[in-house]
Amino acid sequence: MKIAVCIKRVPVMEVKFAITADGSRYEETGLKYDINDFDLWAIEAALQLKEKAGAGSVHVVCLGPNAAQEQIRKAMAMGADSGTLLETDARVYDGLAVARALAAELKDGGYDLVLFGRVAIDSMNQMTGPMVAELLGLPVVTNVFKLDIGGATGRAERVLEGASEVVEFPLPAVLTIDDGLNKERLPSLKGIMAAKKKPLDVKPAALGEQAVVARSMALPPERAAGRIVGEGADAVPELVRLLQTEAKVL
Amino acid sequence: MPTYRAPLDDIRFVLHDVHGVGKLAELPGFEEATPDVVDAVLAEGAKLCEEVLFPLNQSGDAEGCTYDHGTVRTPAGFIDAYRQYASGGWTGISADPAFGGQGLPEAVRFVFEEMQCSANLSFSMYPGLSHGAYSALMSHGSEELKARYLPKLVSGEWGGTMCLTEAHAGTDLGILTTRAEPTADGSYRITGSKIFISAGEHDLTDNIVHLVLARLPDAPAGTKGISTFVVPKFLPTEDGRPGAPNGVSCGSIEHKMGIKGSATCVLNFDNAIGYMVGEPNKGMRAMFVMMNGARLAVGMQGLGLSEVAYQNALAYAKERLQGRALTGTKNPDGPADPILVHPDVRKGLLRIKAFNEGARALAYWVGMLIDTEHRHPDEAVRQEAADLVALMTPVIKAFFTDLGFECTNIALQTLGGHGYIREYGVEQYVRDARIAQIYEGTNAVQALDLVGRKLPMEGGRLVRRFFSLVKADVDAAADDDVLEALAKPVGEALGRLQKATMVLAEKGFANPDEAGAAATEYLHLMGYTAIGWQWLKMARVAQARRAAGEGDAAFLGAKLKTAQFYMARLMPQTAALLAQIQAGAGTIMAPAPSEF
Repeated sequence: MKIAVCIKRVPVMEVKFAITADGSRYEETGLKYDINDFDLWAIEAALQLKEKAGAGSVHVVCLGPNAAQEQIRKAMAMGADSGTLLETDARVYDGLAVARALAAELKDGGYDLVLFGRVAIDSMNQMTGPMVAELLGLPVVTNVFKLDIGGATGRAERVLEGASEVVEFPLPAVLTIDDGLNKERLPSLKGIMAAKKKPLDVKPAALGEQAVVARSMALPPERAAGRIVGEGADAVPELVRLLQTEAKVL
Repeated sequence: MPTYRAPLDDIRFVLHDVHGVGKLAELPGFEEATPDVVDAVLAEGAKLCEEVLFPLNQSGDAEGCTYDHGTVRTPAGFIDAYRQYASGGWTGISADPAFGGQGLPEAVRFVFEEMQCSANLSFSMYPGLSHGAYSALMSHGSEELKARYLPKLVSGEWGGTMCLTEAHAGTDLGILTTRAEPTADGSYRITGSKIFISAGEHDLTDNIVHLVLARLPDAPAGTKGISTFVVPKFLPTEDGRPGAPNGVSCGSIEHKMGIKGSATCVLNFDNAIGYMVGEPNKGMRAMFVMMNGARLAVGMQGLGLSEVAYQNALAYAKERLQGRALTGTKNPDGPADPILVHPDVRKGLLRIKAFNEGARALAYWVGMLIDTEHRHPDEAVRQEAADLVALMTPVIKAFFTDLGFECTNIALQTLGGHGYIREYGVEQYVRDARIAQIYEGTNAVQALDLVGRKLPMEGGRLVRRFFSLVKADVDAAADDDVLEALAKPVGEALGRLQKATMVLAEKGFANPDEAGAAATEYLHLMGYTAIGWQWLKMARVAQARRAAGEGDAAFLGAKLKTAQFYMARLMPQTAALLAQIQAGAGTIMAPAPSEF
């Protein structure tokens, strides 16, 4: 089983963000980066499939700045066998441009499966995986939280609103992985030391023209302090009134 | 519930910016230990500590180890955590790749040690003892013993112990009585009873490799008649599996104030088969390799516990609303101000912070010196590093654990009544920290080692090296106003330390009780001076980075403020310590036993 996992380098969300003075982008100084959470679960899913099959390989592809080698090495420390960095210094907001660059890299790889995280926690677009599938002409199953591969067919459970759906699909295929499938493993010390010796290919990202650009960014408004309207049953009418007239949620 | 986050920002600052850990990669055998690898290892080691070891700390304390007919069960979760720890390669982090280790510098293991001690001191004892057994065998074991035992210790499949103490022989190992009878096949039969053996029996590993101090039949009295033996719990088969049980049994485990998840065992050796490590009657040499490493590791326990205690006390002080600031309301929207507004609360927290960060810098410096001592191509550089490690070992063990206990206690006080109850976890840190002042040579013994052995060694060369390093940094600070103000108290402390050294050289030689009476104060004086010196180094780096517009300005600003606090509030201790040393032994030795 030959699996590719596409991962994204994203800022760690616990850090405080700031917007640059011209409002065009977030400030990079002081940020820390990691692999997108959903992509970690995708890596874990790939590693488990490989382990279960007892053979195969897991290849990681990342589009991002040169520093994203750190994230590829981490994936290797978890157990991925090799990696490719499609290098660009640009902040890319056009999902289709990213998908084209990834598809160009993946199309001749002969992968049985291409995995993505369901969504990147910074841009929240959840479009790249399906777009890559379309560009490669492969079936796509999104929001997978349970996965079983038998021979040339896969069986996946998908998350729906308040329900789940079971689908079957032929290989090769593109899947986007949801949480709930796996908690990702911690890279081991042995894995980190071995990662350094695994092949990591760096080449420029073939992004092409970008139709989407970010015009401006703003932080959400500060939340006002909470208000206690009263205590016990007496406070209920006032609370309901405020929820209707001020918060407008009822 | 308490929380722990490994202080990776501070760790990286100390390793990279202050001490230049990258230069270790230039030492032979450390080519892999480039800064990016060191960072990745520490980041993932931190996660292991935060997510796997820390969640078992409170539950392990509540449950403790249990003893049943010679077997010992570790607290729930320890087995799974140990499996993950060992299979990940962490048991062999700095071990020789020839025996399956990861070959990273000792300095990296030092940092990991600190994080483990913060996360779960009891758990850290098991791999810690194995590492000690590894070190002793590595330096003094025969090739055959190394081949048989080291791969298993490195992989973590087998654990290790050090069996020194007997019921009547604690600090005074010279009077121990465990016997070793030679046999025809070159092995020995070991008989005797050992107490206080950490990790002596447990359920984490398939086999346990005991390193045991014992006497040969014709051995001279005292420490010059002690030999070291490897005594496995199960005798290894030819293909390296645990075979027939050896004559070692666990008689009981101790019920202790702290480190309850660490099994402290009575071990009975009854005609057990053992193999000599090193030469007859020179067993203390092998054991000292283990003990010196263990003393540094115990110092890290003081630091690690102080760190986790600080984090939880700080979180509480920021959240706990109680009373108003003396200078007027600071939190008008709340019913009261956070207690962090109060000078006394701030002072307590800053004492801990100033100790932790300064001690971290000193410890990592020593960690890197150990690697230099082992690997540097230049003999003179190796010797200098060895001198400084020998000098600093008792200081790190005793000063870090004395201050570590004091700091966990300050942290407890910050939480008031909530510090005294179990829920918040801080009282456990106080209890766990207490043992570190006692085991691995009590802190009084460390002080005697410093004053009686390390100071006179090589005509005082060790301490002179230290003095000149401190003086060089004090002198270099004259080029910057901020640094000069920080260097002044360091220079004064150094002057006091030199004066105290003179006092000891003059009076201690004539009357050993004078040295004994001054030893602890002298060790503390050196500890405060050494950490103050590290603060001066950190301040220099912080100033330079600020001037260059590099790094996190808030972090670097806090560094400088903490350095200033250390000089203003901790360094004055050195004056009192010198006064105590100068007061001499007279008032201590004057009362007759009946007058106590």
